Order: sequence, then C-alpha cells, then structure tokens
Amino acid sequence: MAIVETRLTGKIGSLTRLQITQFLFGLAIIFAIIKPLLPEFLVRIPVEMILPYDIWLQTLFDFIKDDLGLLTVTRGISSVLEWFLDITANLLYGKRRWPNIGPVPWVAIAVVAAVIGFWLKGWKMALLAGGTFVWVALIGQWKLAMQTMSVIAVAAPMAFLIGLLLGICAWKYPRFQRAIMPVLSILQTLPFFTYLLPAVIFFKVGPTAGCIATIIYAIPPMVLMTTLGLKKVSHEVVEAGHMSGSTRWQMLRYVYLPAARTEILVGVNQVIMLCLAMVVLTAFIGMPGLGAKLLSLMNSLKLGRSFEIGITIVLIAVTLDRLSKAWVVKQPEHFERGTSWFVRHKLLIIGIIAFIVSIILAQFVQVADHITRKQDLSMGKDIDNVIRAILANDIITGVTDWLRWFLITWVLIPFRNALLWLPTGSVILAMAAFGYFVGGRKSALLVVIFFGVIALTGWWDRSMITLYAVISAVILATLIGIPLGIAAARNPKWSEPILLVCDTAQTFPSFIYLIPAIMLFSVNDVAVVFAILIFATVPLMRYTIEGIRAVPSELLEAADMAGATRNQKLLKVQLPLALPTMAVGFNQAIMFAFFMVIIAAFIGTQDLGQELQKTLAGNNLGKNFVLGMCVSLMALAFNHIIMRWSNDRRKALGVG
Amino acid sequence: MKFKYMLSATAMTMAVVSGAFAEDSSDPIIIPIHNWSSQIVMSHVVGQIFENMGNNVEFVTTDSQAVYESVRLGDVSLEVEVWEGAFGASFNAAKEKGGIHAASEHSAVTREDWWYPLWTKEACPGLPSWEALNACAAVFATPETGDKGRFLGGPVDWLKHDQERVDALGMNFTVVNAGSAAALWAEIGAAEKNKRPIVLFNWTPNFAEAVWEGEFVEFPTWVASCNEDPSVGPNPNATYDCGNPADGYLKIAAWDGMKEKWPDAYNTLTQISFTNPQIAQMAKFVDVDEMEPEDAATAWLDANKNIWENWTK
Repeated sequence: MAIVETRLTGKIGSLTRLQITQFLFGLAIIFAIIKPLLPEFLVRIPVEMILPYDIWLQTLFDFIKDDLGLLTVTRGISSVLEWFLDITANLLYGKRRWPNIGPVPWVAIAVVAAVIGFWLKGWKMALLAGGTFVWVALIGQWKLAMQTMSVIAVAAPMAFLIGLLLGICAWKYPRFQRAIMPVLSILQTLPFFTYLLPAVIFFKVGPTAGCIATIIYAIPPMVLMTTLGLKKVSHEVVEAGHMSGSTRWQMLRYVYLPAARTEILVGVNQVIMLCLAMVVLTAFIGMPGLGAKLLSLMNSLKLGRSFEIGITIVLIAVTLDRLSKAWVVKQPEHFERGTSWFVRHKLLIIGIIAFIVSIILAQFVQVADHITRKQDLSMGKDIDNVIRAILANDIITGVTDWLRWFLITWVLIPFRNALLWLPTGSVILAMAAFGYFVGGRKSALLVVIFFGVIALTGWWDRSMITLYAVISAVILATLIGIPLGIAAARNPKWSEPILLVCDTAQTFPSFIYLIPAIMLFSVNDVAVVFAILIFATVPLMRYTIEGIRAVPSELLEAADMAGATRNQKLLKVQLPLALPTMAVGFNQAIMFAFFMVIIAAFIGTQDLGQELQKTLAGNNLGKNFVLGMCVSLMALAFNHIIMRWSNDRRKALGVG
Repeated sequence: MKFKYMLSATAMTMAVVSGAFAEDSSDPIIIPIHNWSSQIVMSHVVGQIFENMGNNVEFVTTDSQAVYESVRLGDVSLEVEVWEGAFGASFNAAKEKGGIHAASEHSAVTREDWWYPLWTKEACPGLPSWEALNACAAVFATPETGDKGRFLGGPVDWLKHDQERVDALGMNFTVVNAGSAAALWAEIGAAEKNKRPIVLFNWTPNFAEAVWEGEFVEFPTWVASCNEDPSVGPNPNATYDCGNPADGYLKIAAWDGMKEKWPDAYNTLTQISFTNPQIAQMAKFVDVDEMEPEDAATAWLDANKNIWENWTK
C-alpha cells in the first residue's frame, strides 16, 4: 500500500505531501478571505441545485414497502419474533401468553444467576451475579427489569446468530466482505433516530420494533469479530482438520469455530453491551421496561428514581460483561474417562435443585415471589434531595455561572459563528488538506466526496452546527481526559478505580446526564457540550491508560538505564509509543460525540439532531434517512482519517 | 350491567367464542402509554374499566406523536389524551389518511402558553399582563440572549409560533427552544433554588401545577382568525399577535375497527370524559404521592365509583 501511495504522489510531480497539504490549506484560507467574490456555489450550494433527495428516498421506501410487498414480509418476521418475545415475556414477567406458566419468581432467577457466576469464576462472580438480581428486586424494579430482559433475551441471541452467519460468509467470500464492510461502518455511525423510524414502520410499534432496532445495532461487532477470529486460525490446525478427513461442515463446526472461540466470545460480549446501550433509546418506539420508566420519571423530574434505574442498568451491564468475559477465558473442563454424569454436571444439578427449591419457596413466602411498592427499599426522594442540594450548592453554581458566561461569550458562539460564516468550499478544502496530509490522495478524495454530498443535501448549516458541538466537546474532553489518563497510568493504584469509573460512565444511560447538565447550565450550548463531554472523555482516558500501560517494559528499562528522568521517560518513550492507541481513543471519542450530540437534541439544539427529532413525529422516512446520512458521513470522514493515521504510525513504530 | 359482566366473564372462563351475541373479542385491547403521568394513569384507569367489563387489556409504550399512525393501522386500539395544541396536527394528518376517529371529548380544557412560577412576580410585579412582562424583559436576560429577555419555549416540533408572536407584538425577548418537556422542568427546578425569575412554556392539566405554583401570562385574548388575518389583534400588520386559546380540546381517539371488534368496550369509551381536577388528581397520585401508575389508577377508580360505573352500563 505504501509503495503504491508514493508512486501516486510521485506522479503529481516533485511536490511533497506536505507541500500539497499546504497548498490545499492555503487555498481554503484564500477562499475564506475572498468570500464576497466567490461564485455562489462555493459559498453555499444554491437552493435550486439541491435535489429533493428526501422525496426520492421516500418514494423509493414507499415503493419497496407497498409495491414490492416488503411490509408483508417484515410484518411476517415480526409475528415470528413476537412469538419468541411472548414466551420470554410470559416466563420473566407473566404476560398472558403461551406457555402461561410465568412469571418465574425473582429468588429463582437470582439463585440461578449466582450458580452460573460460581461455575464461571467462583465465589466473587457468584456474589456479583446473584447480588445484582437481589438489588433489582429489593429496589422495586423487578418487573421493569424483566420487561427489558425479556427483549434482550431474544435480541442478543438473534444478533449473535445473524452476526456469526454474516461473519462466516464474509470470511468465506471476499466479495461479500467487500460489500458488507461499508454497510457495517455506516450502521455503526448512523444516529439512533434513523434506526427507530424504519423499525416502527416495518416491524410495528412495541417490543418487536425495539427488538429489531437492538439487533441491528448489535450485529456489526459480531460480524467483525467472527471474521477476524476465523482469519487468525493457524495453518497447522486447518491441516490437522483436513488430514482427519473432515467434510466442509465438520471443518467449520469442529475446527474453525472452536479455534476462533476467543474472538467469537469477545463478539458476544460486545453484542450484550450494545443491547444494553439501546435499552433507553428503544423506549421511544415501544420497548417496555426500565427505559420507558426512566423516560417517564425524567419527565416529572424525579432525579432520584431515575438515578436508581441508571444504577440497575449499570449493574446488569457489569454483571453480564464480567460473566461473558469470564466465559471467554474459561477453558473447557476435561474429566477422566469413566467419571459419572453426576460428577461432571454437579453444578448443573445444584442449579436445577436450587431453582426448584426457590420456586416452591416463592409459593409460600410472598416476599420471595414479588416485592410490592411499599416493601421496596427505593430511596428516590432522598437521592433526589442530595442531587438537588449538590446542584444548588453556591460554590458550584458560582463556578457554573461563570463557565457558562465565559464559554458562551468567548468560545462557543464565536466558534459557531465562524464555522457558519466559512464558505462551504473553504471547509471542504481544509478537510481535504487534512485528509491529504494523513492518507494521501485517496483519503483526500474520500473526505471531499463525503463533505460534498453533505453540501449537496442542503443541510450544510445544520451539519456545521453539529460539527461545532462535536469539535468543541472533543477538544475539551482531550484537555481533561488525556492528563487524567496519564496521571492514572503513572500510578497503578489509580488506574483500576479510574477504569471502573470509565466503565460505569459508559453504561450509565446517557439520558440521565441531560437533566443535571440543564440544571447546571440551563438550556443552551454549554449544557449540550457538557453532556457530550462526559461521554467523550471516557474513551480518551481509557485508551491513554491502556496505551501507556502497553509500552514494553524493556523500553522503559532502557530509558532508565540511559538515565532518563520520569518526565523525560513520559515524553520521549511512553507517549510516542502510546500515541497510536491514544488516537484510537480519540477516534472513539469523536464517534461517541456524534452519537451523543443527536441525543442532546433533548436539551435543545439547532442542529441535525433537532431536525431528526422532528421527523419522528411526521413519519418522514426519506428526510430522516438524508439527515442520518449527513451525521454518518461526517463521522466516517473523521473515522477514516484518524484510523489511517493510527495504523500508519503503528507500522512506522513497528508495534502491531 | 352485572348480568352483562357475568355473561362475558363466563364466556371468558369457558373460552367459548359465540357468534350469537355481539360480544367483545377476546383479543387484547391495546392501549398506548407515553411518558407523562396523567396519560399513563388515565390509560390504566380506562384499561381497568375494560378489564372490569371482562376484556383483555395490554399496554404498550410508544412515542406520543408516532402513535396516531399506529392507531390508524390498528396496531394499538385507542389514545386517551389527544391534545389540541400538541397533537392536533398529527391526529388530523392520520384522520385524513383514514382509520382513526375521535370517540369522545373530555370536559377538561387544555391551555398551553407562556407561564411563570409565582416567585417571578417579585422581580416583575406587573404580571400577568404581557405588557408588564415586556417592560421587565431585562430581568430575564442571560449571557446568550444579551440584553433581551429569554423565553424558554417547548420543542420546535410542538409548533407554537412563539417567535412569530414576539415579532408581532414587538417584544424584547429571544425565544430559546428546549428539546423536551424534561428540559423545561429541569429549568424550573434550577431556577427554584435561588428564586431566579423565569418565563417558559407550560400547559394545564399538568403535574407541574402541583409542584410549582404559577400563572399564565395574559396575552391579547385569542380569537379564531388571529393567526391568519393580520388586521385582527393589537398589531394591524401581523398575524400571531395574540395568546393561545385558553380552552383547547382534549379528545379520545379510537381505531375505526374498534367498534366492531369490541362493541361494549367501544360504547363505554364513547362515554368516558374527565375533568381538569380529575386529571390533575390522577397525575398527583404518581408525581407527588409516588404511587406506581397501576396502583394510582386502582386508587382513583375506588374513590370515584359513582363517576365511572355509569359509563359501563
């Protein structure tokens, strides 16, 4: 690749990459200076040149939906899905559907969770898994949590199966892989509002739509990890499989899949995490349970109880995360020949017995069966008061009032106005310069096409406002996250707790951040940037810590021997080597920011998110998709440039 | 009523589907719930009335705007709170496509307009008159609005024409749009701690009345042609130069197929009508007394038997 690249640059003439970058950037600046003299299409695409993509897309969707009869197909799929959902719903929270035996009492589920935890990783895991479910029951959220779990219990296995199949196909047929990869990238960057509307229209409002949206959201990492795992299977293993005369199916089932077990299980872990990330968002399209309750609590400003729901979601996420990770490292157990079935499966038997005993117990003890509102230990009101007291603290309000004034008048509004003032041509050229500097002609071209398409859709100004919020938040997140990450990485005692905070902050439903953000800064851009900031700082911190920790110890020793001080070691050895990993964190921060900026529409913005929110009401699928693509294209452009840089840098450093 | 109840109950338990009686289908009646308490409790109240009549009821959480499309298609059976101001447009759009109609109208009236919590009056004693509000616009100024006052409007998709009104009446205010109802409450909650004056969009019936005392700003009274005819209202050259109607409708919408599928339940539905205090009480059970919506609905039904039992006859 690198060779091709140099040949390409060579063709242009004797100009170096830096010179071309400078030329493009200079052109961008000249465009900005001579703005009044520029032809109109370089300042903003004139209205008559903007084609009605939304109407075309709407027509296309209508055609596929009604004339090609896709709606009948999807409604058929959703009735199958509904059948599965009804079963889990009946078992977990007693919805009146076949098989009509539920709900399973909470004690039984908690006990089984504890046994599974013990089987995977011993007592500590048993305590975490069982404890999570006990917490959920005691806090009085059992039914809500089970409504949520009843959908995830269907969505996660489906996403796993579909992802696995697509991953195998992508590995088997390179052409299929080339076709599916861009689709997956788009799926990963498409704002969640864009998933929701088609889900409702094609799969009927309610748990089915929520289930479908969750599945689509969770598939991409499963496909990627499966392909990655299968590609890594070593030659010797494959040879051995062939020598024992395996058929193609046997090769896949007994050779490839077991050998790729670790990657596939990492994929499973990702699927579960993404499913939980959708719990609140899918509440907009009829997913019952914790998410729906959270939204209605927030609408009556019950901070305390929404906070408790947030803790429940985090606990469930952490439990499932740890359980699935324990499953990744757990090796299959082997027994001596002749060991009896009972010994081999003693934990399974213990689990079944415990399950039956707790069901019987629940028949006689009401508290073991379900906990009513008056019996639960919810402290919503008290937490409410604590949060309010913190937010009303004079020192805090003093600081936030000043910050609000400073950021609005001196940073955000000027930056925003500047971005909106810049001619479209100027912005595209500057992005092209950026792309050229990092990845040469191909990257520059890609970036120009992506931003060019945005300009042609006519949503340029809205896109720039979105971009402005993302850039402001990511810059602030970098200023906060990287120093914190470095400090944590240098002190091993700190890094574990900080990583735990990162985990929590990431799984805590982002919606809950919105209210404190508004109470601190009121409805304006500072609150929007603040809400994005919380979310975007996490990956920056995490990857900084992990990047610095992964620096080989030999290099550190070498630096020590050369007599480097602590600071020299950091600046000359650790940071340069950690930089490619930190860039991945930076990339994630930008992706998270693009995700969160759309959610920030609930605070009140004037960007693409606001328009997207409007399309939900009107069932305007075409416009919804155009807006979604604008967000996706911007995110993809940044993703491409940063990942390109990180990979090149890694190659140059010879790490990975 | 009792006889009918027993009849349908027997039919239910024996799982006999008889064609001889015009009887309600045993398929569940699907009631959508949204994310504000009065609607959730009222849905449960209606649901429990149906259950008392021997029907199966199920609840599904949906978006409050997208729900009209679902009612139209029969995916959900009814909608208990159709607000004129907030959902009139979505409801009418769905009605034009067919499949949905208004089954009943509550006696409750709705009002949506500029509103302030009572402590604001200390900083601006001339309230609730809009001229007085305009005179003390500086009290409502913030860093992002400069020396103009800040009015916090609802989400843009509620289409409230606040900006047009500010222009038409020549008010010294800037309209800032919040993104959700929760954002409005968070602002009042934040203003409450140091009694900061604030003017924002609000409506009644609403839980906020029970939590924060306040009043609506009195704009020039609304007349039918105010939004279309410039000559109406104080400014002869502009539309939107008056307040919102002080008595908007609150309706119950139903799927067209409901009448045939569940005739008894439908008949009851057409008689249901709640008043403002009744709706406020339902919301209060949840928002102030911290009950679960299902329990709140049961409590309300127990306390108001005389009101709803007539509807089921």
